[in-house]
Amino acid sequence: MSAFEALVEVRLRPGIADPQGSTIERSLPALGFDNVSEVKVGKAIRLHIEADDEAGARGQVEALCQRFLTNPVIEDSVVTLTKAAS
Amino acid sequence: MSARVGVVLFPGSNCEHDAVEAVAALGGKAELVWHGDRALAGFDAVILPGGFAHGDYLRPGAIARFSPVMDAVRQFASDGGPVVGICNGFQVLTEAGLLPGALQKNAGLKFVCTTVELRVESIESALTGDAQVGQLLRVPINHFEGNYTCDGYTLDALRDQGRIVLRYVDNPNGSMDDIAGIANEGGNVVGLMPHPERAVEPLLGSVDGAVLLRSLLHAAA
Repeated sequence: MSAFEALVEVRLRPGIADPQGSTIERSLPALGFDNVSEVKVGKAIRLHIEADDEAGARGQVEALCQRFLTNPVIEDSVVTLTKAAS
Repeated sequence: MSARVGVVLFPGSNCEHDAVEAVAALGGKAELVWHGDRALAGFDAVILPGGFAHGDYLRPGAIARFSPVMDAVRQFASDGGPVVGICNGFQVLTEAGLLPGALQKNAGLKFVCTTVELRVESIESALTGDAQVGQLLRVPINHFEGNYTCDGYTLDALRDQGRIVLRYVDNPNGSMDDIAGIANEGGNVVGLMPHPERAVEPLLGSVDGAVLLRSLLHAAA
């Protein structure tokens, strides 16, 4: 068994309104940042997982995303795996 | 025989007693059902009430969907039993896959707490059988994530099959196609963001929710 750290980035799917992102974006010019666009707000979920290998860990984390961590109607996710320091 | 209505109590629900009182005021019998229970024996209808089930952590309804009682709710619904999800209960039903689509954050990022006007669009559901198409109802809303969304294919199906049961007259949250409430294909599972249980007594400012809950009691009988 190997241990992995997984970073799950949950994002709103393209075309789904992101009122948090657009509200942040609209406030930026007042702070002097008038060159920023495409602000998106999502979630970052970190977890530790033990599996036989990286492919196994990735498969489980992606299953977890499908079943629980995201709502596929409005969200998708990107999984980044790194080997945990032993 | 008055209809027996089970009102599911999740940790974090906060409208369960309103639902019980409203059902009783309309002549039904309502009892709380703990979310950890695995059976709904003896009930004629089920209400998933408003609130913040499991703290709304992750997403509203995301964890409630896995509460033990939800297997029984799913079975009850597939046997044709009337199930109504109000506000957070609607969110739970979409997360559980008993209704299509999802409820995202309100457009404008505002928590809305006001009384709105609804138009009854279909009477082919467990919640609208006693109402009339086109009837206008004043019912309170109280939510942050009530902005209904779904893919185009689903929206077409909802429209074509008459499953949009309630629309907002003046859209308060950005909801797609002004949707305030939808039903499943059988019409026995209904979810809505407005709170009919808070509009059943003149003292509450409106009695327009009564026709909806009375419809539910008739569907249950």
